[in-house]
Amino acid sequence: MPEPTDLTSRFTSRRGLLFGTAAVGAGALLTGCTSNEPKDEPAANDQPAAEDKPGKPVTIGFAGPQADHGWLNAINDNAKSRAKKYSDVTLEITEGSNDTAAQIGQIETLINKKVDVLVVLPADGKALTQVGLKAMRANIPVVNLDRIFNTPQAYRCWIGGDNYGMGLNAGHYIGEKLKGKSNATVIELAGLDNLELTQQRTKGFDDALKNYPNIKKVARQAAEFTVESGQAKMAQLLQAQSKFDALWNHDDDQGVGALRAIEQAGRDDFLMVGGAGALSAFQAIKEDDGVLKATVLYPPTMAASAIDLARALGQGKGVSGMAEFEIPASITLYSAVVDKDNVDQYMSTGFK
Amino acid sequence: MTQHASPPRDSTGKVPSAGAPPVWRGLMARADVRTLSLLGVLAALIVIGGITKPEEFLDTRNLQLVLTQASVIGVVTVGMTFVIISGGIDLSVGAIVALASVWATTVATQEYGFAGILFTAVVVGVGCGLVNGMLIAYGAMVPFIATLAMLASARGLALQITDGKTQIVTIPSVLDLGERDAYVLGIPPLVMVFAVVTVIGWLVLNRTTFGRRTVAVGGNAEAARLAGIDVRRQRLYLYLLSGLCCGIAAFLLIILSGSGQNTNGNLYELDAIAAAIIGGTLLTGGRGTIVGSVLGVLIFTTITNIFALNNLQSDVQQIAKGAIIVAAVLVQRRTASTT
Repeated sequence: MPEPTDLTSRFTSRRGLLFGTAAVGAGALLTGCTSNEPKDEPAANDQPAAEDKPGKPVTIGFAGPQADHGWLNAINDNAKSRAKKYSDVTLEITEGSNDTAAQIGQIETLINKKVDVLVVLPADGKALTQVGLKAMRANIPVVNLDRIFNTPQAYRCWIGGDNYGMGLNAGHYIGEKLKGKSNATVIELAGLDNLELTQQRTKGFDDALKNYPNIKKVARQAAEFTVESGQAKMAQLLQAQSKFDALWNHDDDQGVGALRAIEQAGRDDFLMVGGAGALSAFQAIKEDDGVLKATVLYPPTMAASAIDLARALGQGKGVSGMAEFEIPASITLYSAVVDKDNVDQYMSTGFK
Repeated sequence: MTQHASPPRDSTGKVPSAGAPPVWRGLMARADVRTLSLLGVLAALIVIGGITKPEEFLDTRNLQLVLTQASVIGVVTVGMTFVIISGGIDLSVGAIVALASVWATTVATQEYGFAGILFTAVVVGVGCGLVNGMLIAYGAMVPFIATLAMLASARGLALQITDGKTQIVTIPSVLDLGERDAYVLGIPPLVMVFAVVTVIGWLVLNRTTFGRRTVAVGGNAEAARLAGIDVRRQRLYLYLLSGLCCGIAAFLLIILSGSGQNTNGNLYELDAIAAAIIGGTLLTGGRGTIVGSVLGVLIFTTITNIFALNNLQSDVQQIAKGAIIVAAVLVQRRTASTT
């Protein structure tokens, strides 16, 4: 008599149990799956800007954008590990934010806390100029990292990369490699076109190529600094250009996608130069079994140097190795070309 | 009393024209003018591509390329089409693809190999869809708000998992699926998945009660409820379906790019919605076709391809894309009203 109802209820409860167990199991398995390997400490040149001996204690406030990109993440890591190295440095680091208003608030908090020196990598340099001025007026020297404020009054020292120089060095490297080859062609995989830095990199690249009349740039497409866009745009470029001699890719992160597209298309008849200095690019250059032969640096170690400079400012020291008593007002880093010959030296600075 | 032999009428009450076989009639009715005009736009694009870059554009490799690039967003769009037909919207698709793709490519997940990556991508997608569906169906939240919240949270979680780093996939069996060697009869595996999802989507929408319920809920939710449809459960299933599509798309993206990154799936929500709209799906719900949406995706991908082959820069590409959306919708409306 009770068979039908009993069967259905048993069936549903068993099904419920089955799904329940599966859901819990999936949940347990998934939560275990969010872990990534522990981060390695980023390394940099160990020579500090000022002398290494512990001096007057300095509290450094650090405000950067949200680390949603490998390079920005490396900036934070570099700053943190450099500060940890000094027993006389206390680092007050804020939660990174891409929102201008939020970042202004964070910097104002640091000013109110009366930190000795500020290191600021603005989400948007122009938009944060006012708060830089405010800190300087409160007698807190500001080290402006990479994205520059509107006026030199808003910082005591600016340190950053050289986008134009990146393009220039990439162009010269490719130019030298293709020397003597008549009617050589190159293509360019640029970064996000909305950013001024992309235009600067392209200008540097074009200017360098002017020195080599045998080389012509035949195509340029802009990706978005992401792996996905790098793959998509590179695949199109490869289809558009059945033959070319060299490729410059602005960014190693999107380069992961570009290399994937190159592999998928089965192409290996050209030379590729990257940009920024990601660990995966360094490893590929060292292995030397693909098209990627070099990359042009935009070094995240600048954050470590910024901490050095901030410490020197706080202790009233100059830069060791220079005659001046004060640290410089502006430091533009060199975009070195890393290829097989010198890659070992840079390997530890590569970011993920 | 004279007897009038009245001609037989079909269910729609129309008198079928004599001679035409029923199958053909069915096809004609189904292939509405919108779909035909979309095919026209696509044909025009192919002509433009063929004239400007005959060698590079009219090439098997280029066809494979365009279809491959369309696969990821195509699968997302199929799910989105269902949601929009039901009168909803899913703004979280791009974020779900990002979250699923990074969750499935962590060092821990990769230890489980191919199956681990596939399983995680799909389960994360379905899980997000479940949360969306519960909030909308049983929490009575507006789809726009619920999925906007999911967009923010899923992107945040993706960033937290990756720490902003690019997670490179090292499982050969996953990577191999994106290589030319994996093509079967010249068809890339990604494109096959896209095709299968499209066919299943078409069958579900047009040949099942689930599909009819979806249209009914989108047309008039109250009427659907009075007709005995469990509207809330139907909505839950629809967001689950969209999440599932995102999970599958994330897996395809992992194969394609060989990595997982928190920036993946950037603005997919807009691309998918645009493709569905171009394809004739009503934003207010109640009407839409899978074929139209897929054609919409193909139109977008073909435009991008033609622009890239002609070395046009991204500023021109964006301007033209906007213009083409407007033009396509206007052309459709014109053709639809004149017939």
